[in-house]
This record gives sequence, structure tokens and C-alpha cells, in this order.
Amino acid sequence: MSELKTNLPASRDESKTVFGFWVYLMTDCVLFASLFATFAVLRGNTFGGPSGADLFSLPFVLGETLLLLTSSFTMGLAVLATQRGLKTQVLAWLAVTVFLGAAFLTMELTEFTNLVREGNSWVRSGFLSSFFTLVGTHGLHIATGLLWIGVMAAQVYRRGLGHATLRRLTLLSMFWHFLDLIWIFIFTIVYLMGAVQG
Amino acid sequence: MSILGRLTPEALQHGPLAAIGLVNVAIAGAVAALVVVGLLSYFHLWSRLVGGAKWLWSEWLTSLDPKKIGVMYIVLATLMLLRGVADAGMIRAQQVLSVGSSHGVIPVDTFQQVFSAHGTIMIFFVAMGLMFGLINLIVPLQIGARDVAFPFMNSASFWLYAAGMALINLSLVVGEFAATGWLAYPPLSELAYSPGVGVDYWIWSIQIAGIGSLLSGINFLVTILKMRAPGMTLMKMPMFVWSVLNSMVLVAFAFPILTATLAMLALDRALGMHFFTSSFGGNPMMYINLIWAWGHPEVYILILPAFGVFSEVVATFSQKRLFGYKSMVWALGAITFLSFTVWLHHFFTMGAGANVNAFFGIMTAVIAVPTGVKVFNWLFTMYRGRVHFNTPMMWFLGFVMTFTIGGMTGVLMSIPAIDFQVHNTLFLVAHFHNMIIGGVVFGYFAGITYWFPKIFGFKLNERLGRYAFWCWVIGFCLAFIPLYILGLMGAARRLDHYDASMGWQGLFIVAGVGVMVIALGIGFQILQMIVSVRARKQNLDTTGDPWNGRTLEWSTVSPAPFYNFAITPGVHGRDPFWAMKQSGHVRSEAPKYQDIQLPKNSAMGIFIAAFAFAFGFSLIWHIWWLAVVALLGIISCLILRLTNDDTEYTLTAAELARLESKNSRKGIRS
Repeated sequence: MSELKTNLPASRDESKTVFGFWVYLMTDCVLFASLFATFAVLRGNTFGGPSGADLFSLPFVLGETLLLLTSSFTMGLAVLATQRGLKTQVLAWLAVTVFLGAAFLTMELTEFTNLVREGNSWVRSGFLSSFFTLVGTHGLHIATGLLWIGVMAAQVYRRGLGHATLRRLTLLSMFWHFLDLIWIFIFTIVYLMGAVQG
Repeated sequence: MSILGRLTPEALQHGPLAAIGLVNVAIAGAVAALVVVGLLSYFHLWSRLVGGAKWLWSEWLTSLDPKKIGVMYIVLATLMLLRGVADAGMIRAQQVLSVGSSHGVIPVDTFQQVFSAHGTIMIFFVAMGLMFGLINLIVPLQIGARDVAFPFMNSASFWLYAAGMALINLSLVVGEFAATGWLAYPPLSELAYSPGVGVDYWIWSIQIAGIGSLLSGINFLVTILKMRAPGMTLMKMPMFVWSVLNSMVLVAFAFPILTATLAMLALDRALGMHFFTSSFGGNPMMYINLIWAWGHPEVYILILPAFGVFSEVVATFSQKRLFGYKSMVWALGAITFLSFTVWLHHFFTMGAGANVNAFFGIMTAVIAVPTGVKVFNWLFTMYRGRVHFNTPMMWFLGFVMTFTIGGMTGVLMSIPAIDFQVHNTLFLVAHFHNMIIGGVVFGYFAGITYWFPKIFGFKLNERLGRYAFWCWVIGFCLAFIPLYILGLMGAARRLDHYDASMGWQGLFIVAGVGVMVIALGIGFQILQMIVSVRARKQNLDTTGDPWNGRTLEWSTVSPAPFYNFAITPGVHGRDPFWAMKQSGHVRSEAPKYQDIQLPKNSAMGIFIAAFAFAFGFSLIWHIWWLAVVALLGIISCLILRLTNDDTEYTLTAAELARLESKNSRKGIRS
């Protein structure tokens, strides 16, 4: 750790990358904001089809939420283990994170499949188009994150915990926590408000 | 469905007007070939074409040097300018000829594709290309840096821009282009009314180029905030850097909206969703809100760097420090903020109600205030200065005139009641060309002329530059003042045909002549480039400071070496190089060189863009297997590149000293 701080060029590089990644996350935030805004406008446009209150099962979504929140926690544990240089622990926590993330994604896909099977796919109404796109975009980000965790784990396994690995793990955890945050908004705005207002 | 999706041999068959499109391709191809051949012969590599190709690959295409990437941006943008102007010529020809019983030379559907392509190309591939070109060339030099924050990402951005450009040009040959106007409003752009591939070409060419722009925006934001030379605090940054910073903030906020909006339109068309359809609960006005929430900031993204160029040009050629630096910075900030509060003025006629229209009308008029501050500051900079009327300064004076007229018509239209009258007419068309040509294009021309010696080591021919300037200004007035009058007379934009009794033809003829004069100006610019290259020995910039400049880029030799600065400069105030010259500390006597780290070349940006091109193409034609392959290709390239730790090399102090002594000898000898 102390070695890290004294190495000036490396740490300057680090701050550049981390700052750049923050800016990227903010642009992703604007992307989600556009999708949220569209959802807010189209949520009532069911065109005679089902509304959120008819479709959503809150206990199911709560289960998804708990899985994702826990995965954020285990990702944090992986970063803590990285800082202490415990390679095996890092790999273990990354594995747990992948497991939880994959479980979340499976639940989401199950929900989507059931909706489509019941005839409530994205072609049904403007409301469902915006629902599938908003939630699906988040799911796509989660899938990307899972792939990234896989690559990261392979790298930690083969190259150990060097400077570059630490930096990349930091970015990965920022990405993962960011997706958690977006999910909180989806949970609140799409599911909770949808179930309450109908 | 077949293995090639909906791509059939018919896609290659075109109507009678295919000739015009193919002529365009031929022109662009010929010019591209000329540029390459010119570059090859310029560097005496004619004899070995293979060697030339290798040189092009290793010195240019795979280079991560922002100066080379900048030059490539400008070359491609210039090619697209030629195509955009050819489209403009066709629009003018049609509107001159298609009157009364005559229906002109262009069939209606082709005409619609032509005006859609004209707008799309000019904004996304000309203006954006010139802008990112200039930013790449100058921002690192002005802040005393050797590179951008993420050199590889910079190269990938450029190649994504090139991939988008390749797609939009491919639409000339394979299939068709959108016939929906440059922003493809739904429901017209939905599958029900535009069943062909045109809108898909539009979506994917600008989606791919737009993602490149977004990445560039992030890159330069971080570059400016994190890589300035020691001592250059924010309030000591050159005004061009300030303008770029603001522009890049807008890119970071606006371009994700474009990405999302295009994606939603694509989902409507490809998967049968109902975001913007006119039935099933879709809302077309949502698209129009979203696209302008990107589109209005976009015009400021383009104009702010042009403001920055003029701030540098006016100060340099008046031999005076910029008047009102702080107010310039605050004006930029105010414009940046306000540009997100006015988007609704593009559709006052939507019927949002008087109160909403009043708010957006007032905010629109308010933008004129900080812009006015800037215009007056430039004029005060000239006041009692020692003004040199070089070509960049001429462009500035032309800009002040045209931009002020455009600004006044803009304020006129900010009043909703007046906008209802001129909405969708040629008055509006004249207004935004006034801003984009008179503001953005003149600004970038000034910038290219001003910084040309820093990049290539010799100045451009003044006389031909002046001819080009006069052609552009006069041509501009001839082409667009009639459009204001026509607009007030009720002539709609995108007009394909009108009755002879309207009495419009005379004005359309004047406008057509105007475009010819502009084309003559472009001819002079091409001639200027050829003459300047041939006579470069007489116009060499041996000092590195041809205009008696003020900012850091002039403190290094011309052409700027690939490492920009042998020793990172220290900054103590605004106009640091001017201060160095005043105090006599221009170059250190016995410099102490240090090893520096520079990025290695990488072809991965090209590969990623090639896959992105294939991805876009396969989504346009519904070749789903190819889309999967291309996506896997992109992901593999990214993983390969991002897990690679060996991306830099060291330029040793000894090697640096050798290069520097060679540079200074060259200066003395010539």
C-alpha cells in the first residue's frame, strides 16, 4: 500500500482512469435517465392491455433486489480483500458475486419469459415496450458486468494482484455498485409505484 | 429468412438518379485517392506503393498520436463536406427547376433522401469531424500535455466515426437512405411509413459515430481536467481549452440521450415495440422532445469550440490579451447551462400551451445575452490593438457579421407567436445555416488556417485563402438571404415543387447562384492546399511561432514533434508563451531531459470499428448471425486490449536530446 502512494506516475495515472470512469458512469446515468423519462411518459399507455399493477409480483422483485444488494456487498468484500493482497479470498468473493448476479439475471429472465408467454410482450403496448427496454437495459449491463467479473477473475488468477489489477477491480466495483443504484430506482419507480398506482 | 436477411440483389438496383449518387461516390473516392496519392508522393514514397501502404498503416492509421488522429478527422470531414455540398447543389437545382409544369430533375423520393443525407452528413460527419479534428490537434498542445488521457480510446473514437461514415456512404450503393429529414421524426420514420432500410442506415451510421463522439467527450473532459501543465489553473487556461471543456461537458450530458433515443427508434423498427408509433400507446412527441434534448445542446457543442478558436485568433492577430477573460469564461458557462433549457423552441407548435412556450421562449432569448458578451469582448479585444488582417482574422470578421444576423433572426424566432408564422419554412433554414456556416464552419476554417503551420511546419497561401473567404461570404449571403425572404413569403422547407404563380423562382435562382459561389470558394481552398504544399519551402515556419502567438502550442517547434514538448512547460499566468517572450525566457540553455512514456501504436481501434461497421450493417439488413459474430468480435477485441499491460514505450532522455538538437539544427539551417 505505502509503495502505491509513493509511486507518483502510477498514482496520477490511477486518478485519471478512475475519474474517467466516473464520467463514463455519469453518461450512463443520463442514458438511464432518458429511459426512465420515457417510461414515466408511457407508463399509463397500456392501450387496453395490462398495467403494472396487473403484472408485477412484489415479493418476486424483492427477492431479485436482495440478491443484487448482497452481490454489491460481496463485491465490496472482494475489493477489501484485494487491498489486503489476499488472492484466494478475492477469487472467492468474485465467485460469490457472479453467483448472486447470475441468480438475479435468471430471475429477471424468468419474469420476462413469463410475461411473453402470457401474451404481454413488448409489442403489446407502449407501457410494456418501455418496461422491457428500461429493465432489459439494466439486465444487459448486469450481463456485461458478469462477463467483466469473469475476465477479471481469470486475470487475478493468472497475474496476481498487481497495480493494474487493483485499478481494474476498483473500476469493476464502481460499475457494479452503480448498477445496484440504478436497480433501486427501477425497483421504486417501475415496480413499487407501478404496483401501487396501477 | 435467408442467410443475408433482407439483403437481395434488388438492393443494388437504383432508379434513374442512381447516377448522381454514384457520381458522388466517384468524386469522394477520387478525392480520397488523390489525398492518399498526394501524401505518398509528398513523402517520396511513390516508388514503392506497398511501402507506402505500410507507412500509411504504421505512421497514420494505427497511430495513437492525437495530432495524427486530428489530421485524419479533418481529411475525412473534408471529403464529407464535398458530398454534403453536392447534396446542397442538388437541392438548389431541384428548387430552381421544379416549378409549374416542370418537376425538376430529381424524383421526389430521391429528393427526400438527398435533403436528409445533406443534414445528417453536414452535422455528424463534417461539423463534428472538423471539431474533433481541431480539438485533437490543439488541446494537448495548449495545456502543455504530451497526449490525451486515454490514447487508445481516442483512436477507437476516430475509427467509430469513420465506420459511421462508411455506413452512410454505403447507403448510396446498397439500398437507400432515409427520406425522413435529418432527425427522422416518427411516426414517419416508423416501420409503417418507412418500411425500407433508409431509416435503419440513418440510425446505425449516427449511432456508431455518436458513440465515438461520446467516448471522445469523456476523453477530452478528463484530459483537460487532469493533464494540464503544472501551474495552469483553470482560470489560466487558454480560451479555446475553456470552450472545449464546456463543449465536452455538453457531449457527456447530451450524447447519451441520443444513444438512448436512437436505440428506442431501432427497437420500434426491429422488434415491433411501441415507443413512438402512432398507435398501441406510443408517443411520437416523446421522440421529438428527446431528440431535441440532445439536438439543441449539439449545436452548442459545435459552436463553443468555434468561439474558442475566435478568442485565440482575435487575441493573437490584435497582439493584445483577450478582453474580459473572466466574463468570457462565465459566458461560456452560462451558454452551456442555458443550452439545456431551450429545446422546446424547436417545436413551439406542438401545443404545449402558452406558459410552457413562454418559458422556453424567454430562455431562448436569454442565451443571446452571454453570446452578446462574447461578441463585444472580441470587438473590444480588437479595439486599440495592432490588428493584422491575416486570413484567420478575415474569417473572424465574416463571422461577426453573419453570426450577428443569424443571432438576431434567432431571437426573432424565440418569440412563439412569430415562430408559429415561420415554423418549418425556409426562414428557419436560413437561420440555422447562418449559425452553422457563419459560426461553426467559419470558425473551424479560421482554426485550421491558424494552426496549420504548427502541425505541418509551413503556412497556407494567404492570397488564395482570401479569395476563398470572399467567395464563402458572398456566396453565403447570396444563398441564404433569399431564403429568409422566401420563408417569410411562406415557402416551406424541404419543398419539392411549387406553383409558378408564387413568384419564388427568381429568389431560388439567386440562392442557387450563391451555392455555386460557395463551391468556387471550396475550389479555391483545394487550390490553396495544393499551392501551399508545393511552395512550402517559401512559407516554412522555422521559429515555431509564425503569428507572434500567446499560448503554449507556439513554444514548441513546428511541426510539433510527436512528444509535443521535450520538457513539460511551467505556467505562471494567462498567455504563458507571451509572458516567456516578454521576460526573455523562451528556451532553457541547457535543458535537462527525462525519460518520457508514450503510447505504442495500436490497430485494435480499427478492428473494433470494422466489427462495429459489420454490426450496423447486419442490423440494417437483419442478418442476425452476422450481428452476433460482429458483437463477439467487438467484445474479444475489447478484452484483448483492456487486459494488455504492455501499451506504452519509453522515449529515453538521450534519444530525446538527439531529437531536440536535430529540431533546433533544422530551424537554424532553413
